[in-house]
Amino acid sequence: MTPRIAADEARDIQPASTPQERIRNFCIIAHIDHGKSTLADRMLQITGVVDDRSMRAQYLDRMDIERERGITVKSQAVRMPWQVDGTNYALNMIDTPGHVDFTYEVSRSLAACEGAILLVDAAQGIEAQTLANLYLAMENDLTIIPVLNKIDLPGADPEKYAAEIGQLVGVDPEDVLRVSGKTGQGVPELLDHLVRTLPQPLGDPDAPCRAMIFDSVYDTYRGVVTYIRVVDGYLRSRDRIDMMSTGAHHELLEIGVSSPEPHATNGVGPGEVGYLITGVKDVRQSKVGDTITTSVRGATEPLAGYSDPKPMVFAGLFPIDGSDYPNLRDALDKLKLNDAALNYEPETSTALGFGFRVGFLGLLHLEIIRERLEREFDLDLISTAPSVVYQVRMEDGTQVEVMNPSDFPTGKVAEIHEPITKATILVPAEFIGAVMELCQSKRGTLGGMDYLSEDRVELRYTLPLAEIVFDFFDQLKSRTKGYASLDYDVSGSQTADLVKVDMLLQGEPVDAFSAIVHRDKAYHYGVEMAGKLKNLIPRQQFEVPIQAAIGARIIARENIRAMRKDVLSKCYGGDISRKRKLLEKQKEGKKRMKNIGSVEVPQEAFIAALSSDAAEPKDGKKK
Amino acid sequence: MSAAGSSRDLSVYIHVPFCAVRCGYCDFNTYTATELGGGGSQREYPDNARREMDLVLADDRAAGYEYEQVSTVFFGGGTPTLLPAPDLVSMLDHLRGRIPLAPGAEVTTEANPDSVTPESLRVLADGGITRVSFGMQSAVRSVLATLDRTHDPERVPQVVQWAKDAGLAVSLDLIYGTPGETLADVETSVRAALACEVDHLSAYSLIIEGNTAMARQLRKGEIAEPDGDDMADKYELVDDLASAAGLSWYEVSNWARTPAHRSRHNLAYWRGGDWWGIGPGAHRHRDGLRSWNVKHPSRYAARLAEGELPVQESETLDAATRATERILLELRIADGLPVEAVPEQTRDQIAVHTARGHLDPAALEAGRLVLTRNGRLLADAVVRDLVP
Repeated sequence: MTPRIAADEARDIQPASTPQERIRNFCIIAHIDHGKSTLADRMLQITGVVDDRSMRAQYLDRMDIERERGITVKSQAVRMPWQVDGTNYALNMIDTPGHVDFTYEVSRSLAACEGAILLVDAAQGIEAQTLANLYLAMENDLTIIPVLNKIDLPGADPEKYAAEIGQLVGVDPEDVLRVSGKTGQGVPELLDHLVRTLPQPLGDPDAPCRAMIFDSVYDTYRGVVTYIRVVDGYLRSRDRIDMMSTGAHHELLEIGVSSPEPHATNGVGPGEVGYLITGVKDVRQSKVGDTITTSVRGATEPLAGYSDPKPMVFAGLFPIDGSDYPNLRDALDKLKLNDAALNYEPETSTALGFGFRVGFLGLLHLEIIRERLEREFDLDLISTAPSVVYQVRMEDGTQVEVMNPSDFPTGKVAEIHEPITKATILVPAEFIGAVMELCQSKRGTLGGMDYLSEDRVELRYTLPLAEIVFDFFDQLKSRTKGYASLDYDVSGSQTADLVKVDMLLQGEPVDAFSAIVHRDKAYHYGVEMAGKLKNLIPRQQFEVPIQAAIGARIIARENIRAMRKDVLSKCYGGDISRKRKLLEKQKEGKKRMKNIGSVEVPQEAFIAALSSDAAEPKDGKKK
Repeated sequence: MSAAGSSRDLSVYIHVPFCAVRCGYCDFNTYTATELGGGGSQREYPDNARREMDLVLADDRAAGYEYEQVSTVFFGGGTPTLLPAPDLVSMLDHLRGRIPLAPGAEVTTEANPDSVTPESLRVLADGGITRVSFGMQSAVRSVLATLDRTHDPERVPQVVQWAKDAGLAVSLDLIYGTPGETLADVETSVRAALACEVDHLSAYSLIIEGNTAMARQLRKGEIAEPDGDDMADKYELVDDLASAAGLSWYEVSNWARTPAHRSRHNLAYWRGGDWWGIGPGAHRHRDGLRSWNVKHPSRYAARLAEGELPVQESETLDAATRATERILLELRIADGLPVEAVPEQTRDQIAVHTARGHLDPAALEAGRLVLTRNGRLLADAVVRDLVP
């Protein structure tokens, strides 16, 4: 007998009338390529909510970028029926974002669940980000179900990794489930196990309604779709609702559950997961973490844990073609509808023209936004090197917040605070030395070290965020042959001896190349950047000095020698048309040059100088 | 003469698209086979050229242009002297039968040192040719070999003397910057040219054009990329040596003993004159109308046989384009460009380039833009700034 439940047999688990003891809410914690989406797909198929024919690989990941990168940016929830021992249950699978930049969103998704599947690739073992999310789940008192995936792969070593996970979670390695998302092997058993092991929701059905928003997605046709977990009471389709953080009132246009296509219902009850639509057009009006209650006889105390997402990394985004500026603005406005964490304001750079200073949750967030702007809106962009937010205290006591090196104050600085992170690095034991050396050079402080298994080590460091956003992850990967994984969380700040290094062309500062760096590294930065620019900027009609300076003090210098020959030696009757057309082409090229003083710098030079420094997103590998 | 060009002189360029050997650096429209099909052979060439002259003349008249006289003629190539000397003379005769040559007209032919004899030069001189420009290129054997030039450098002084004996004015062409050529090689070549006591010298930096044997060698890494600084050093050396020998520059790549020795034909190009371009691939200019012929001699012959002008394409220049051309051409010559020819919107660049040492301040006082030597080496950059 199949535990699949036919639609007409599921009357006892209808939305808004399912008792909490028949509900199980869970999420899956996994590293990006450990097969979370494949396992989710298999569950949809085995529980029968998606028929075999319409099954599309990785059903839940909607955006192209997610699909390509194999990461999940936006979560969704799916309600699946499942029968165990003749009793029908409603399982809600909440698909969490898999990346460190979205820790807050992950934490809200976790808060919507009673349990989590810890899914680990049986050929690779656990990764740092997974570990971070596991700890987050444990702090949320979630029941952890450790599962090894991809056991069908020839390279799988389930014994080894079962031991590793067992030790982490505190279970017998024998109790670690083994599945193959690809073949479906072990998945029905996993579903049974979820029902038997996970605690039921323990909301108060009679209390005023409190529902937590764990995701909020903009849809072109329907406006914002808000995903909620009802904790106490009921939300009915005729209710008016309040957002407790802002006090805003909304009419409910629709409420329902997804399985995985949205189905309108007459409400969502305690312990259940669903979605609602109010007609708002901007995800900022429906914030992740906020508590929803009914306008009439509503709750007075919101659920705990709400906070506003705060951008940690800033970069300038400039259109390569200046006339694309309005298009960039429109594109950001559109993305913002779906991304409450995206912040931006106009910025003008002498070198790069008009653009925006954009705040991101982290490097991956930056890369995703940039890629979406380029791909979905067909924009060609230059982004400046990412920077963090510094708090600068002047000697006269004034405090300045610096999000952009060009805003660095010129007066006497008393103290600079920079954000620091708690970073976790998982690495095979043979690379411990290489990682320590790297962290040392990035001003890291070792907090601790643990062996996860005999050849895998967890290193905990305190590292300045600025060092991480610079090129840390690239270097970490290259020094560990790609084996290291990294997770970090911003935690507080520290004072540091930081200076602003300016790059000058013929005495004119080029704002796009200014950087705030540690004093010990200023010289290195200056020399490297000057050398790079020397190679990238073509010779001009006159000599061009390139200087690196801290304030008025020059710390490095290069020279671009004057160009001596720029003439076509033959120009007779038959050459004139060709020569004139060449001139016209060169004039066009000249228009695309940026003038720094009288120095003409090709756009490509800026791109090349900036892009080699722009750190790759963490784990942004394409598959 | 029409109202459109009441005092315009006519120059005539006759392109002879044949060579004995194609040189590795050459991308000119030239062919080494003696028998091209379809009426495009060397033998049939003079007839074709004459036919074209008649068609062009008719075309000018139809457009209201009637030239009273031809002030200069230039046989270029290719290797014009690959044709029998009487052929060149017969083409010249045909021309002057249609439009008379001006008194003292300049009639030049290019020549390869290998393809002239005292007799052929005398036939040319007797037939009305007044000037010969020899493709000397270099006096250094290894350099000539790299350029695929077959002549013996020892022969150059000899052919120059023959030409002088025939009463012809003589110019020598040099190429500098050939891969492997040293500064000393350039000096040897310039000194050898000047030792011939010629009154005119042209010197061109080697340009490796895309579709040449040399470009392929460059791509394969067999020869080095020409270096701008090296070219500049060599240009300055040529200029120093020519000046010391009493020849002064009058165009970026040309030096003459006196203004009377300058190539009036080439000056017509730089001063926006009208000229016919006779022969395959030749360019023509008439008062802002530029056109150019089909390149292949067989297609050229076929078009003429149909009684059509063998034009490949033409363009009519608007006032702004003519103004641009004027800047890019006249700035190249020692007489320079009048300040008024620079549009208002870029006139501020004049002071910039004078300050950078590219324009001669004394000439500017007199209302003209004249390049300094550094300016000549950066002429294209200066033009880009002066053109709006």
